[in-house]
Order: sequence, then structure tokens, then C-alpha cells
Amino acid sequence: MITDALVIGAGTAGLTAGIRLARGGLRVTVVATGEGCLPLASGTIDVLGFAPDAVQSPLGALPGFLDAHPEHPYRISGLAGLEQSLAWFVKTAEPLGYQGDLSRNQWVPTVLGGLRPTALVPRSMAAADLGGGGEVLIAGIRGFRDFHPALLAANLGRAAAAPAPVIQTRAIELDWPGSAGDMPPFRLARRLEDPEIRRRLADQLRPQLGDATAVGLPAVLGRERAAEVHADLEHRLGRPVFEIPGLPPSLPGLRLFDCLRRALLDAGGRLLLGSTALSATHHHDTVGSVTITQASRPVEVSAGFYVLATGGFTTGGIIREPDGQLREPVFGLPVHGLAPGQEPFGDQYLAEHPLDRVGLSTDAQGRPLGTAGGPHAVNLYAAGAVLAGALPWREKSGEGLSLSTGWHAAEAIVGRRREDAA
Amino acid sequence: MDGMSMLMENEGMAVRPSLDGCIKCTICESACPYAAVTEHFPGPKTVGPQEERFRHGPLSADWSVDYCSGCGICSRVCPQDVRIAEINSRARAQLKEQRGIPLRDQLLARPDVMGRLGRPIRPLFNWAMGTPLVRVPLERILGIHRKAAIPKVAGRTFGQWARRHPVRPAQDRVVYFHGCSTNYFEPGLGRMVVAVLEHQGLAVEIPEQGCCGLPLQSNGNFPAARTYATRLARQLSSIPGDLPVIGSSTSCALMLKREAREILGVEDPALVDVSQRTYDIFEYLRDLHEQGRLKTDFVPVELTAAYHAPCQQQNQLIGKPALDVLALVPGLRLVELDRDCCGVGGTYGIKREKYEISMAVGDSLFSDIRRTAPDLVLCDSETCRWHIAKATGFPVIHPLELLHRAYGGH
Repeated sequence: MITDALVIGAGTAGLTAGIRLARGGLRVTVVATGEGCLPLASGTIDVLGFAPDAVQSPLGALPGFLDAHPEHPYRISGLAGLEQSLAWFVKTAEPLGYQGDLSRNQWVPTVLGGLRPTALVPRSMAAADLGGGGEVLIAGIRGFRDFHPALLAANLGRAAAAPAPVIQTRAIELDWPGSAGDMPPFRLARRLEDPEIRRRLADQLRPQLGDATAVGLPAVLGRERAAEVHADLEHRLGRPVFEIPGLPPSLPGLRLFDCLRRALLDAGGRLLLGSTALSATHHHDTVGSVTITQASRPVEVSAGFYVLATGGFTTGGIIREPDGQLREPVFGLPVHGLAPGQEPFGDQYLAEHPLDRVGLSTDAQGRPLGTAGGPHAVNLYAAGAVLAGALPWREKSGEGLSLSTGWHAAEAIVGRRREDAA
Repeated sequence: MDGMSMLMENEGMAVRPSLDGCIKCTICESACPYAAVTEHFPGPKTVGPQEERFRHGPLSADWSVDYCSGCGICSRVCPQDVRIAEINSRARAQLKEQRGIPLRDQLLARPDVMGRLGRPIRPLFNWAMGTPLVRVPLERILGIHRKAAIPKVAGRTFGQWARRHPVRPAQDRVVYFHGCSTNYFEPGLGRMVVAVLEHQGLAVEIPEQGCCGLPLQSNGNFPAARTYATRLARQLSSIPGDLPVIGSSTSCALMLKREAREILGVEDPALVDVSQRTYDIFEYLRDLHEQGRLKTDFVPVELTAAYHAPCQQQNQLIGKPALDVLALVPGLRLVELDRDCCGVGGTYGIKREKYEISMAVGDSLFSDIRRTAPDLVLCDSETCRWHIAKATGFPVIHPLELLHRAYGGH
């Protein structure tokens, strides 16, 4: 198979790079073993939430954070690149209506009633920022086992992560027309696209609204017609409605996946799911091809440029061999972040483990380093969680780093193509 | 069977052991177009890796697995590479082995028999399948839904035409695997495939060939499916020379490439050999193009065509080569329909109890087609073509037919 650019990985970083490259005029193929992290993600865009204290303004905190963490992947795009990539993202995901900016984190409820910081939220969570307090009604659906409004509301009333907010909460449970028992979120979402179901839920909700200034619901407000479902519920209730993402499958994440996938196809890109990148061939300082699996025999894909966005240790982008060796499986790139003989795991499960920060180191352009110190190949870039030096789940920086590095890799490739053409 | 031998049983293609990779992330459940519309199917993870752990001995598979259509989307989206659809397919066969296969499913599973029986009484068969006078009682007696699309039987089989069609001598030779539907229902498509391949300067060998066994596999009759698949592989490898085997029926090509080995566990040397050199027609043409060998003497085709890549085509993991090749045709406006499944699942949507599910699954695709309002809809799989045409009223053809037209064919 021949393509101008091969992107390996269909998470936030891979899709971002794929879309940007396709819009830059390249024939792009995005290949991935399966759907990436997005169907499991909350759909919010985290940039910097803890450093290690709670961050109120990512823009204010980032310069100091980068000084303290010179190895962090944010260094690749820099602050300006990060801002550009976020602006690009908001425009690309326009149908989902992302809002917010880097000057101020929003504090949105988790399904257990904690508050967590995030930079951008989709329209369906625009009213979820409880950083300044508020009086909210949390409404669950009786029988839906993944959302417990009383627990959520009680914890939210005590949430202390935000700057001294007073959050008044009440919890109610709605009767689903029919039975919601054992109904998975995606089926609830699909059923809510029926206006009659929405009417019946809204009719139950309305008399219970009281002084609530906003209503929090489980994040099942539609998939394809989510905008319509959300707007209709707000209209029927006469006040803001926000989604609270919970256990996967996550509709806000799925909508984002749908949206980015569509953007890739609209730009002329190809998405090949179910196929795993196995190995690569090299000619001197250039990657010549990558072999990927097919239904029977594997096939070589030749591309001018390659973007590696396979994720970190948890998703197989980095592998630990039984003998303790860390390995990047496709290109055999050296993995950085763990000193020889260093114990990869700490004693506390939820504490930081040395293994958490391992990954690929890159040059200034985002090209992963080889064993000799310089870039492994002139046409290979890396993006997202495969990069060393970050602790996304602790920093709350996952989407920011995937967006900025995916976008930056594509910018670098498009720029080089432009230079070559000139 | 003890635990170890059950594990060892599938070591070659590792279907069952793959369930240990399941982290219950539910990505398959949210991607399953069937679980989204029916409560009869609790979802691929639940019915697959989750329940498979408890399946051991008699009557351990529950009936819900029969509401899986085998579209394979779950396996494709699984980030852990768990062979979910394949686990389900095996569990379905186990269920059928225990409870028996209904007569209807035995019939639907044998398109070659249907074609052979229907042909001598062709006018009667074709009339009967088109009239409620027959279809309503047929639904009551057999359980074949009265509105389900049933193809018309052709007068002369493709095989009959092929026997009289001399192989054009050429240096590069290929074997054409036409499948049952081309043979009995759409022989014209087969002639176009041969014309397009010959236009590339290829000699096209067409050995006698039977059914690949896919419908038998989908309906849970593994023993018969294994016999069919093995026989076909031997027929196709009867032409010496390790030639590329080119299929125009995309689901049957996948059967040869992977499913007969992975799901049925057939390891006949002929099948192993053929599976490695089987190509989907557009996969082969795209390869030719990338080698600079595809003829591009196209006439302009001033049409808007909407392309739907069917599940079994996507499961070959070759991308969408039909789009890549047709993009070369001047004048043609191509629209990529971004939907996973039309809902028919081979014979699934023909069944009385599943027809409504099938229509609900296809609804988003049908809406997209109506909104696009193309001159033509393109789709590589025959059962999907018939289903989409019946549901939307739009003409639905194999993309090869359009390519044939672009080469000036009629």
C-alpha cells in the first residue's frame, strides 16, 4: 500500500495528526489495532490541572511548570503551539461546541461527586463548571446502574477541590419509560433521541426543579443528535442542563471520536481499524515502510512520513518484556525515563511509579531519538502518550499533550513538504 | 475436554485464548450496531468474552448469541485484539449443535442449493419470490420475512458462460473466484470482472467451484461449512502456478482469507495456501495501480455514486480500495458513506424474527443514501446490495460494475 503519510494510532494524537495532514494536502492513512482512548474518555480537554497543586489558570501555571519539567512533551510545541493546537481543535470539533480557554480551568463534577479541573468542555457540559458554587439538581435514571445521584450529590456538597465554593445539591431519580435496568449508556442515548422519551423525562423533572439553577444528568444525552437532545431538554426545563460523564462507554468521548473520524474522512484521509503495525524497514536515516496486519497476510505500507501515536505503557505503545526490558514494539525505539536497574514500581498502587513517565524522547521537532542520540529517522515523528516525561492522569494534561504533539508533528511534516516543493 | 486442551485447541489462530485480553472497556459494545437497537442482543462483550468464560459442556451458550449478526465490527474496534465476533460465531455453532438448526436456516445456508433448485423453475421461482401470495405463507411456514430481499435466479449460470469462455493467453495469470451469488443470481457481474481483468492484459482462469461455506458457518453448521471451504480451496488450487485468487464477493473472499481458518479451524494445506494468495478484486486492482500497471484509459462517467463499504470488506483490513481505484475515473463524483453496517448480515435480516432489527440497524445508512440522493449506490457485498436496494429503492451495484462502465463497457 502507498500513502503520503502513515499515522499509527487512532486516539486523540493520531486523529489530530491525521486530520491536520490530510487538510495539508497529504494522502493520509490512520491505522490502529482498534478504537483508541476516546470512547473511554470524558470528552473534556484537560491541559494542566495539578502541578502538583490545583491549577486555576493553565496559562499562568504553564511557564513555571515547563521550567520545572524540561523533559515534558509540552516543550515540543511550546506554549504558543499548544494554544494554536487548541484553537485548531475547537474549530475542528465545532459541531460539539467546545468552550473555555487556557486562562481559567473549569471545575466539573465527576460521577462520584468530586470536582476536577479541565480547560475545555463540550457544549453539553457548559453549565457544569461549579468552581464558583451554585445550586444544582442531580437527576439520575432509576435502574441505570452506572449513575447514583444521591451519592454524587452528597459528595459534591462536600467537594473541596475548588476555591471555597458552596454547592447546594439535591438528588432525584427519574422513571425511565419502560425499564432502564441493564440498559447500556449508548442505548439510553439512542432512545433519548426520541422527543417523546425526552418529553416524559422532562415532565417528571419540571416539578422538582425548585431553586436549582442548573440540572446535572448522566452523560447519555444522545449520540448523533446530541445537540438537539441537549437543546431540547434545556428548552423544556427552562434552565441549563449539563452532562456528568461516568463509566465507559462514554458518550461525550464517543461523540468526539465520531466528530474527529468524520473530519478525517472529510479531509480525504483513510481510517483503517483492526490492523496492527508490526515492524518497520529502514534505509539509512529514513523509514522505508511499515508492515501492518490484514485478514490473511501482512502488507507493507510505504509512506513519505510516519507518525507514531500508539499510546503509552497502558495501551501497548510501550512494552515491558518479561526480563524487564522496555521496548517500543514497531520501530524498536529506545525507551527513556527509567535508569538501568531502577525499580519500575513504587509501593503504593495509587502513587506515582517510576514507570509512569517512561516513553520516547524526541528532538526539538518531535522526532523520536534513536540509540545514537540523534533522531531515529528523518521522516518519523511521535505524538501523544508514547512520549516520555509526562504523568497525564496526575497532571490532568492528557488531551492537551496529545493535541499539541499530534498537531505539531503534522505541522512539521506539512512545513517540510512545503519546503521541498519550493 | 480439559482446560489445557481447550486452550491448545485454537492455538493456531488463538480465538478463545484472546478473551483474556479483554479489559471490559466496552468499546465493542458501543460500536455494535445491533446492541444499539435491540434488547435481544446484550452486546458483544457480554455475549463474547464475558460469557465465554462460563461456556463449558452442554447448554452453556445462551440464546442471545444468535442475535449477533457476525458483522465483526467488535473485533475490528477492539484495542486489545480480542477475537470477539469469532468467539461468538463459535458459541453460536455450539448452541446450534445442541439445539438443532431449523429447516429455514438449513435452506438459507445453502445458496448453491437454492440456485440449483430455483433455476429449472426460474420463472415460477422469481414470480413466487415477488408476490405476497407466496411470501406471506412462506413467512408463516418457514420464517422467511415477507419483505426480505430475495434475489432473482438467472437463466444461465456464470459457470456455464465461463466453460465456453476461452482463457485468453497472457504471461500474467490469475484465478477468478466468483462465488455462488455471481454464479446463480448475478452472472453479469462475473463477466464484467473477467472483462476488466482481461483488459489489464491478464489471463483469467475460472475453475469449477462451489460454495465457500460462509452461510453455513453463519447459521451454525460448522461440519458442513468445513467440508465446503476445504472443497472450494482444493478446486481453486487445482490451477497450478501459485496464482493470485481474485474474489468479487467480498464476504466469501474473507472466508477464504481468514474465517475458514480462524472460525472453523480448517487447516487443510490447500486452504492455508489459498488463503495467503486471495485478493479482493479492488485490492488487486489497487496493487496493480500502485505498480503502475493498471490501465487508465477511462471514459468520463458523469455520475454521483455513493460508496458503502460492507462489514466483511472492512474486515479484510485492506482499507477502501474501491474508492482509491474509482477516484481515477474522470467525471465521477464519489461520496463515502460513513456507516458501518446495512443490517442484513448475510442471511440474518432475512429471518422473520430479525428483519425489524436489520432494518433498524440499516436506518442511518438508508437515511444517508436518501439525503445524498446519488445516481448509484456502490457496495461490494451481494446480500448488502439486495438489502439496501430493497430498503431505499436506489439502484445498488458492485463498484466493479462502475469501473467496467468507465472502461467503456456496457
